[in-house]
Amino acid sequence: MIEIKGLYKRFADKDILTDVNLTFEEGKTNLIIGQSGSGKTVLMKCAVGLEIPSQGEILYSGRAFTHASLEEKMAIRKEIGMVFQGGALFDSMTVEENVAFPLRMFTDMAKSELEDRVNFCLNRVNLNQAHSKYPAEISGGMKKRVAIARAIALNPKYLFFDEPNSGLDPRTSLVIDALIQEITQEYKTVTIVNTHDMNSVLEIGDHIAFIFKGNVVWTGDSNSIIKAQVPEVRDFVFATPLMKKMFK
Amino acid sequence: MSFFENFGKYCLLVFRTFKQPGRNKFFREQFFRELEALGLGSIGIIAIISLFMGAVIAIQMAANIDNPLIPRETIGYATRESVFLEFSSTVVALILAGKVGSSIASEIGTMRVTEQIDALEIMGVNSASYLILPKITASLVINPVLTLMSMFLGIFGGYLACLLTGMLDAPSYLTGLLFEFRPFNVVYSIIKSIVFAFIITSISAYRGYYVEGGSREVGENSTKAVVKASIAILFWNLILTRILLL
Ligand SMILES: Nc1ncnc2c1ncn2[C@@H]1O[C@H](COP(=O)(O)OP(=O)(O)OP(=O)(O)O)[C@@H](O)[C@H]1O
Ligand SMILES: [Mg+2]
Repeated sequence: MIEIKGLYKRFADKDILTDVNLTFEEGKTNLIIGQSGSGKTVLMKCAVGLEIPSQGEILYSGRAFTHASLEEKMAIRKEIGMVFQGGALFDSMTVEENVAFPLRMFTDMAKSELEDRVNFCLNRVNLNQAHSKYPAEISGGMKKRVAIARAIALNPKYLFFDEPNSGLDPRTSLVIDALIQEITQEYKTVTIVNTHDMNSVLEIGDHIAFIFKGNVVWTGDSNSIIKAQVPEVRDFVFATPLMKKMFK
Repeated sequence: MSFFENFGKYCLLVFRTFKQPGRNKFFREQFFRELEALGLGSIGIIAIISLFMGAVIAIQMAANIDNPLIPRETIGYATRESVFLEFSSTVVALILAGKVGSSIASEIGTMRVTEQIDALEIMGVNSASYLILPKITASLVINPVLTLMSMFLGIFGGYLACLLTGMLDAPSYLTGLLFEFRPFNVVYSIIKSIVFAFIITSISAYRGYYVEGGSREVGENSTKAVVKASIAILFWNLILTRILLL
């Protein structure tokens, strides 16, 4: 379980996040949605400690994270997997080496065991042909999948995805969504996904938090979001003509 | 940002680089890769520059000594002094600041703006230590070697100049070379080259590590890395010379 308590984030004089309180549970796909610039990425970066919150606390299964020492933070981070918006693959390493990196760094696996694990993770994301390619030589969707394979290599307890679908075609998008949901249910991870993709919202939203200008203005799930009465949420959900046609 | 802010941030980064919580199993592998990149990759340019500069220094000496009271052997002596005291440590360091410094700053800077450093941090890796320590240690090891090589080639360049122009015969050049030779001057140069190695790698790594923005900022910061490292080299050259020679 991840708990965010009374989180504030200020840049210079601008309040980006104000009093965010959220709880994310195991085995559920938690979505953070909201329009561009609403503060989703900042929230995620605060949660994993890449940005320091101005105020508030984050708890990982009851363990205080935000004000923990560097050593304690590093211990918790070994249980975190994160997929960045741009993939953030190590560009000097091949696909295979990228996935093997956390394994080599943090375990004493024998070579054959390591290879098995790398193959398993790459299979899991349906990537079988790109093992010895470099990130510059593969497509955007493939990069995302390698990033997911790398994030799950160490069996993390907590998984973060920043816009896993942006820049992908609808089909690949669906594949990635299904993958996120499967992994979450199979390994009972606490999964948090930033997205503004309505498809994902309807497909995999077990628990949804809607952010508007740095405030959580609505929480619910994929069924209740259609009926939400908060005007900002309605604007967001029914922004496309397709959604309007389908539900009105 | 003010000088003191920058300096404080720089010290913290260096501290974090050496503190190394957790082990880095890649260190050996990275160390040898950096040795190759920072060392072997610079041999060519340093060899060429040292040969030519040694030759030029010898010719300039010859051109300036037309007083019959000054023995011609002075050409060898003066070439040795210039090469050993200043050229092979300081000038070579300035050249390396341009070559190695900009490549380190842009490599680490690119990793910063493409979130690769964040990805390392999220995994629980000490990114400063992982990225910077192999570069610093490799250059501390290889820089003195490059400096010694440059000394040898500088002297050899002077020798070639004497032979090819006929301004001085080989035995006289050699006599000049050995005249009042103080081994400590070699030590002095080696000490300088080690300090300069640290300056070049740590300052350029710092510039890369804290880049904010995109490719433009990466470029700006690698230029800054070269400028700041060069200024630091000149400053420490003065300090070390004062401490070690006076
Ligand atoms: N390092 C920073 N310094 C100052 N302001 C920042 C910084 N990072 C983000 N912001 C501001 O915080 C706000 C929220 O940004 P954020 O990246 O969280 O949006 P987002 O919800 O993730 O948007 P998108 O869906 O487009 O990714 C923006 O107005 C942005 O300008
Ligand atoms: Mg974002």
